[in-house]
Amino acid sequence: MAHAAGGEAHPAAGQPLLRIEGVAKTFGTFRAVDGVSLDIKAGEFFALLGPSGCGKTTLLRMLAGFEAPDEGRILLGDKDIAQALPHERPINMMFQSYALFPHLSVRDNIAFGLKRAGMARADIATRVAEMVALVKLEGLEKRKPDQLSGGQRQRVALARALARRPQLLLLDEPLAALDKKLRESTQAELMDLQRRLGMTFIIVTHDQEEAMTMASRIGVMNAGRLDQVATPRELYEAPRSRWIAEFVGDINLFDGEFKLRDGHRLVIATDGAGTLVAAEPREPVGATKLSVAVRPEKVKLSRRAPVGEGSAINQLDGVIADICYLGGSTTYKVKLGTGGMVQSSVTNSARLDVDAYSLNQQVVAWFSPDDCMVLDR
Amino acid sequence: MSARRIFARPARFAAIAPYLWMALFFLVPFGFVLKISLSQTAIAQPPYLPVFDLAAGWTALKAAFAALSIDNFKLLVSDELYVFAYVRSLTVAATATALLLLIGYPIAYGMARLPKRWQAVAMVLVIVPFWTSFLIRIYAWINILQHDGLLNQILLALHLVNQPVVWLSTDSAMYLGIVYSYLPFMILPLYATLAKMEPALEEAAADLGAPPLQVFWLVTFPLSLPGVGAGVLLCFIPIVGEFVIPDLLAGSNSLMIGQTLWLEFFTNKDWPVASAAAIVLLIVLLAPLLLYERLQRRQLEKR
Repeated sequence: MAHAAGGEAHPAAGQPLLRIEGVAKTFGTFRAVDGVSLDIKAGEFFALLGPSGCGKTTLLRMLAGFEAPDEGRILLGDKDIAQALPHERPINMMFQSYALFPHLSVRDNIAFGLKRAGMARADIATRVAEMVALVKLEGLEKRKPDQLSGGQRQRVALARALARRPQLLLLDEPLAALDKKLRESTQAELMDLQRRLGMTFIIVTHDQEEAMTMASRIGVMNAGRLDQVATPRELYEAPRSRWIAEFVGDINLFDGEFKLRDGHRLVIATDGAGTLVAAEPREPVGATKLSVAVRPEKVKLSRRAPVGEGSAINQLDGVIADICYLGGSTTYKVKLGTGGMVQSSVTNSARLDVDAYSLNQQVVAWFSPDDCMVLDR
Repeated sequence: MSARRIFARPARFAAIAPYLWMALFFLVPFGFVLKISLSQTAIAQPPYLPVFDLAAGWTALKAAFAALSIDNFKLLVSDELYVFAYVRSLTVAATATALLLLIGYPIAYGMARLPKRWQAVAMVLVIVPFWTSFLIRIYAWINILQHDGLLNQILLALHLVNQPVVWLSTDSAMYLGIVYSYLPFMILPLYATLAKMEPALEEAAADLGAPPLQVFWLVTFPLSLPGVGAGVLLCFIPIVGEFVIPDLLAGSNSLMIGQTLWLEFFTNKDWPVASAAAIVLLIVLLAPLLLYERLQRRQLEKR
């Protein structure tokens, strides 16, 4: 197997490496993956994001070969590998449970894939040493997995999956078992590693922050379908559906009806927040039943009403109903006079001024039409 | 009394309870058997000499001790009959255990890979034969295997044979009986280790380039070794001493040690030689047990 020795030519960065075409998988009567098409470019860090049961893990398992798709093709280069067995694919996976072989030492775990590829002994020793250094496990080569900490086990799993220099590395919730601090530093290391090796990573995660931090592109899955594929920024600032807007980050959603168009602005009568003015989205909206969505950090608060021009057109009177202090920022819940509720996230930029508003205080919440996303209901 | 001591007392008793049990029901009877094995046969009640009589006084007791000898053990080693019986017992047990492993492993593996709710059903199916008496099941096999039994009737009806085949009183019948009777003892420990093995381990091996057969030999089998060890011991040890199955199903031209023991004890009324044979059997069986324990301890220490 040429790829194990790193000899096979990878497509140049940016060229499509993997093409998923209309892939579907049904378990019994449950359609786990329902017609997914997706291109993965060489050298990219791609994240599959979605709630549990959305089909992201099934899709990943089909890429690894543990499940065979019922429909569709999976093209690696120009070869359809949809029905190929796991050991025939130049793809390796890092398991959520790490799945380290408990009867083998760190060294033998890392060497496992190299031996299967028929690599020469001396080359295996060199490669293992290289991998051990890469994940900073020097001195632990002879340990068994149960003599390692969680973080060390995670590194062995990564080294073992990388050792064969796969064309594509799949990571199934690789950081889920680590505590928060370790998870953050490991995220940075994984990104650095991926960039240095120039490899293609696909990570599956239910943690949107993790996906945003690490991936250059994110595919959001819901009920077996790929709802949106976008950069983290696009996903957050221009979600394609109400569901994605709610799934990724916090959001204020106001259901309403389209009233009239004013140049490039739409006027929408909402249920809880009166009449709102929103910038016209790039893709024209079809329906009259719409939702206006505003991220909490885009909603500003002030004691008195600002001058109602430009960015302060949408003004909502209310009282502070709840204060949630988070350190770097404070989230206020404002009960609106019009009946609805709006969340505002305020950065605590001054040390002595964090309790800017108190409970039951009269405030004005305001935001610009450009910060409003208009979504179909 | 401090709270610590209130807890400590029953806990300490719980710790010595198994030793007490062992002393009462193993060591003491073993002492009796050992003593008898060092005695001589006699036409008397009990049928051996000397008999310890605590009431007879110190000198009589000393004389009784002096009369003990290891002649019976010398006889066991010098008489081919006993040596053959031991060798045959060990060979039969080894062969049967190998057969059990070959048959039991695939069954246990299959069970462990069934959907969860079917695993419980399979488990019951494995245990269900225990609901009938062991002896009755062996008699049922006699019925099936005899000259005009079910097996020959079927073979004749299918025209696979022209005349009844002799099944009963052969080694094949004995192996069939042993494998049939001991299969649950092989399957259950194997199933227990295989069922708790993380499926992702086999997937990881395949993912790293191992074809199915290598996945089995490099990952599944080594990780199931504790179960293999337990199953092998659970079958091998009782089969060595097996009496009923070889007596009822095998021919009478070569005996296993269990049968020899029975003959010495009940037919020849030679309790001392029977006791000596039992003690040698125990020592022979202790070897694999100690070996297994040492292997297990080494595995624990490695952790």
